[in-house]
Amino acid sequence: MASLEFEIPELFKNIQTPAINPGVMEGSGPFVAKPDHQEPLGFPGELVENWERKAVDAMGEAVDNSRALRVFLDSCVKCGACTDKCHYYLGSSDPKNMPVARQDLFRSVYRKYHTPAGKFLSKLGLEWLIGGQEMNKSVLDDWYNYYHQCSECRRCSVYCPYGIDTAEITMAARDIMAKIGVGQKYSNEIIGKVYKIGNNLGLPEPALRNTLEGLEEDIEDETGVVVRLPLDEKGADILLVTPSADFFAEPHVDGLIGYAKVFHEAGVSWTISSKASEAANFGLFIGNNENMRKIALRIREAAIDLGVKRIIFGECGHAWRVAYSYLNTLAGPFDFLDPAYPVPQHICEFTHDLIQGGKLNLDPSENDWMTLTFHDSCNVARASRMGDIPGGQFSIPRDIIKSVCNNFVDMAPETIHEATFCCGGGGGLLTDDLIEVRVKGAMPRMTALRNVIEEDGVTHMAAICAICKSQFSKVLPVYGMGMDMIVSVHQLVSSALILTGQDTESVPESD
Amino acid sequence: MPLDVNGTTYETDEEGYLANLSDWAPDVATALAGSDGAELEDGHWEVINFLREYYEEYQIAPAVRVLTKAIGKRLGKDKGNSKYLYELFPYGPAKQACKYAGLPKPTGCV
Repeated sequence: MASLEFEIPELFKNIQTPAINPGVMEGSGPFVAKPDHQEPLGFPGELVENWERKAVDAMGEAVDNSRALRVFLDSCVKCGACTDKCHYYLGSSDPKNMPVARQDLFRSVYRKYHTPAGKFLSKLGLEWLIGGQEMNKSVLDDWYNYYHQCSECRRCSVYCPYGIDTAEITMAARDIMAKIGVGQKYSNEIIGKVYKIGNNLGLPEPALRNTLEGLEEDIEDETGVVVRLPLDEKGADILLVTPSADFFAEPHVDGLIGYAKVFHEAGVSWTISSKASEAANFGLFIGNNENMRKIALRIREAAIDLGVKRIIFGECGHAWRVAYSYLNTLAGPFDFLDPAYPVPQHICEFTHDLIQGGKLNLDPSENDWMTLTFHDSCNVARASRMGDIPGGQFSIPRDIIKSVCNNFVDMAPETIHEATFCCGGGGGLLTDDLIEVRVKGAMPRMTALRNVIEEDGVTHMAAICAICKSQFSKVLPVYGMGMDMIVSVHQLVSSALILTGQDTESVPESD
Repeated sequence: MPLDVNGTTYETDEEGYLANLSDWAPDVATALAGSDGAELEDGHWEVINFLREYYEEYQIAPAVRVLTKAIGKRLGKDKGNSKYLYELFPYGPAKQACKYAGLPKPTGCV
């Protein structure tokens, strides 16, 4: 268990754009997937023969299949608007982490092989005139290293005058690498577990059942009310699809208890599925459509098997992007669900509706010992929406927090809503072998958080993404803040929610 | 990186977790901890033994909450919390304790 043998960024009052330090983040990237991690996903076990040609061909297929990708590659004018927008550049100072430079690792190869000028000039050996670059081992090494220093958060895209989506380029590069046998161990091992066991953790059905029963006991001990966390119950109205971290980690599990209490108070029947016991879809992170589809189809199958009428997603950032933006294309049509409800629905939308309707008995003073701020998770903020008004993905979680907490303060405007900074661990980077990238990439968020701690007395930060929660638990202490500062939104709901029949008698303090 | 214990070599993964669960024995745990500069005391063994029992039954490490509850029952309520577990295993009870118990590293968004 290596200690942190690298320089931890200093936090200043403002997020500073560092002077460049070329090569400071050079390295061999995260652990490479072994054949056991590659093959179940349909990828070759190791680097294939003639991989240079195969990578170039795969790139050709990628730009032929995605007009968007080709436009992103063709339209950059090197204006530089993105250079200081990436948390990994801000935290690391490596110029290859400027989004334009990271994209150019891919774009230069594209120019040589897949543009008319590049093809012509290559015959004369003059592709360098247009910044063309041949595919070789050093390019592959740079790809593997730097395309795993992008969390696909799309903050740079917000500031790009052409709207170039860097994440799409990262995804394409990762997909090409996996297809020639160089996948990432972390993501691919996890996808294998989803296929084999049903979730990222590898939590088998008996263990899941035991965990849920334990939570039922805990809620009853605490409140005196029997609140169920049903598993595989056919005929339930609602299928809850939530990240498996909600069954395992802190503070995730407190959020899960919150969902259960909310469902209980709403009087709806619901169930978790052992087959789709995972909301996450790492197929998005590795940029591979076939795997993304296969993972998404489990949810459809579980919904049909259980005969549910609605699907609700728990607190998971990229899962909500895949659900909100792609689920119907990947695994639809969902015409067997009740059309009276959104397909799919976010747990925050569900809870928000109940709060708006006055259906929950809330006592926000239960959270008076805390002052909250909210971290917008990138995939929710920039790739999805909630509710039926623009910006609902920003207002709904905040409305919920304000309904259950009396003390709420937002962080600086340039670090929230669509300008939010990634936690530093998104997009398949939440692995110990990338701890340096994660710690450095957290610098902007840590700066904004520390400012509200010092100026507004903030004590806790809430989030609605399993990755954000785990990443913050890990990096907060590195920056001198407490790991338990990070909380789940539904954990706050859970603390304030008074269940029907709940024993609320507290022992009066003696004078 | 192979781990050498009393003349026997055990295969481990890139992060030092045992490649074969069946290779585990108490002296292997001591060596795994030693390679991190840690020394195992009674408190650590309570956790390690519970993890192995749980894994035997469920083929996965217990959730943090399950672990804290079980340790609280065995060692008293003052020890049934994550703070105590983090004191024992500063790199995180889930990951560090699993490593010494010879269990695979928990994966996913944890």
